[in-house]
Formats: sequence, structure tokens, C-alpha cells
Amino acid sequence: MNEYTYPILFGITIGTIARFIMLKTDYRQYPTYLHGKIIHLALGFIAASLGAVAVPALMEKEFTAVTFLTIAASQFREVRNMERETLTEMDSYELVPRGNTYIEGIAIAFESRNYLVIFTSLLGTLAYLVWNIYVAIVVSVLCYLIIRKYMSGSTLGEIVDIEHAPVTFDGAGLYVDNIYIMNIGLPERQEEILKYGMGFVIKPKTFDVRSSIANLGQRQAILHDISVSLGVFRDSGTPALVPLIKRDLDDGRIGVFILPQNKDLNQAIKVLQSVPVLENAVRMPSEANTQSKE
Amino acid sequence: MELEKAILATITTNSNKVTAGASIFICENKEEMDKVAANLEAILDGISHALSDELYIIVKH
Repeated sequence: MNEYTYPILFGITIGTIARFIMLKTDYRQYPTYLHGKIIHLALGFIAASLGAVAVPALMEKEFTAVTFLTIAASQFREVRNMERETLTEMDSYELVPRGNTYIEGIAIAFESRNYLVIFTSLLGTLAYLVWNIYVAIVVSVLCYLIIRKYMSGSTLGEIVDIEHAPVTFDGAGLYVDNIYIMNIGLPERQEEILKYGMGFVIKPKTFDVRSSIANLGQRQAILHDISVSLGVFRDSGTPALVPLIKRDLDDGRIGVFILPQNKDLNQAIKVLQSVPVLENAVRMPSEANTQSKE
Repeated sequence: MELEKAILATITTNSNKVTAGASIFICENKEEMDKVAANLEAILDGISHALSDELYIIVKH
């Protein structure tokens, strides 16, 4: 026991709790059950320990200790690779795949959350050592609030308008509103689609959003999320019943065609609104220098 | 190069419309054509697309 024991313990505890808070299992069912959670809690514990030990090491003028943080960085990059590999492997067995963009987004989130844990425990320990435990608790609570605020990005509902639109056939062509989706030949399939299909039109609110929702990864994420939440009317070997999103080239609207098991209109719109906007899909053409500022 | 899409079968009621290419199934009438196309769709895991009222193709996507 020395003067650093309690601050370090405090930092580790705070960091691990922070990781636990960020590790919520939601509709995406990821991480799934106990084992997946234990892996991330253990890594969170390691991250918290690194953050907590860094401050006393610096106070003792052990500056080389900082190099430990670089090891941590490569360790957590490994976490990202691990998540990416697992999810990519699993994706081929999904009826409606997540798509690589979504997977990359999830993997990035796992890596960055470990860094957030390091910062939390580092600041917690620092505050404990410089002032006292009460200040440290206040600092930790502030960190939690900041983490909670920035943990989730924006959702689709904030950047687009979502409207229900009828699914219709013009000959063999399947349309959502006036957006062409695909060609379905068999009358039998057409009946199934008219019976089970639902259509939505997503209108971008601004010009920037147009390119974001045109991103194929973002579109696949929309299809995956809505299929997870509302069920999907398809099986392997029925490619005609695959949910699809196509784009209206004229004005950048996208037409969403889905085959849900649960045809609840309000719920479908809610799910669409809460689809995360993937950071890899975000485009900001209005930030370019060539665009005139309005 | 890998072909992403391919026509696996052609089903028609008018044999003048197709001459060669993928396997051609010539049917007597529209009902038979629908039935054959539905079976082929299930067997081949493809989608049957209608090019016209008398011509369907099964495409692997």
C-alpha cells in the first residue's frame, strides 16, 4: 500500500464501470451474450488499468511509462480487427446482411470506446491525486455525461423525412412510389409482394444528406436494421423476396422496399428514424471550398 | 473475371423469340409458362424476370 493505491483502484473501477455502461445490448444484438460481454469487460479493465497507472508513473518521473500507451493503442486496434473479422464472418449467414460499412462502424465504436475508458480512468486518477476523492467523483460523473452524449451518433430521423408509399406493379416492374425497384416475372410472386411488401420513400432534408443516403453501405444498414426489428419474409433460395433500396436519380430520394413479418406502419417508421447514420457514409459537399457559402 | 449475373434459363411460349443461349423451355401457354418458371426459380435460386408476356428469363443475381 502506498499513496497511489487508492487513486489507481479508483481509476480502474471508474474506467471499468464506464466500459460497462457503454456495453449495452440493444436490438442489434451485439455483443450478444455473456461471453461476448466478458471479452469486452476484460479489455475495458485493461484499458482502465493503463489509464489509471499512467498518472502516478508520470508523477514519479517515469516518463518511459507513456510508451505503454502505444502498446495499448495497438492492442485496441487488434480489438477492431477482431470485431470486424467476427462480424464479416457471421454476415454471410444473415438473411439480410449488415454490409461492410455497418460492420466497420461497429468495429470503430469498439475501438474508440476503449480509448474513452482510458481517458476516463486517467482523468479520474489525476483528479484524485491532485485534489481529492470528491473532485475525482465529480470529474468521473462529468466524463460519464460526455460519454453518454457522444456515444451515439445521429440517427436517420434527424436528416431525412420518411413517408409511407404504396408498392405497385407496372407490368413486371415493381415500384415504390415512382421509384423503380426490380423486375418480378411470376404473377404468384407479385401477389406475395403486394400482400407482404411495404414501401417507404426517404427524402433528404439537405443537399449533403443526398450523398449520405445514396451510400450503398448506409442503404444496406437501413435494410438490415428494419429486417431485424420487424422480421423478414424470406428464406435462403428466394432472391425474389429480398428487400431492396433504390434511388431516384432526379432528386436523390430513396425508395425502400421491405417484406416485414410485422406490418406495423408506425413501428416501421420509428425503426427507420432510429437507424444510425454511419460515419463512413457521411458526406459534406457543402463544406468544400468550391461551393458558394449561403 | 467473375460473372455476377447470368441467365440460367429462358422460358417462352413463342419459340421464334429465342434461338440459343441458356437452356430454353418452350411452353404451350401462359399458365404452363408460369408453372415452369416458378419451379425453375425455386430450383435454380434465381429470380424470374418477365421480358414480355411470352418470355421469362431466370437470372442468378
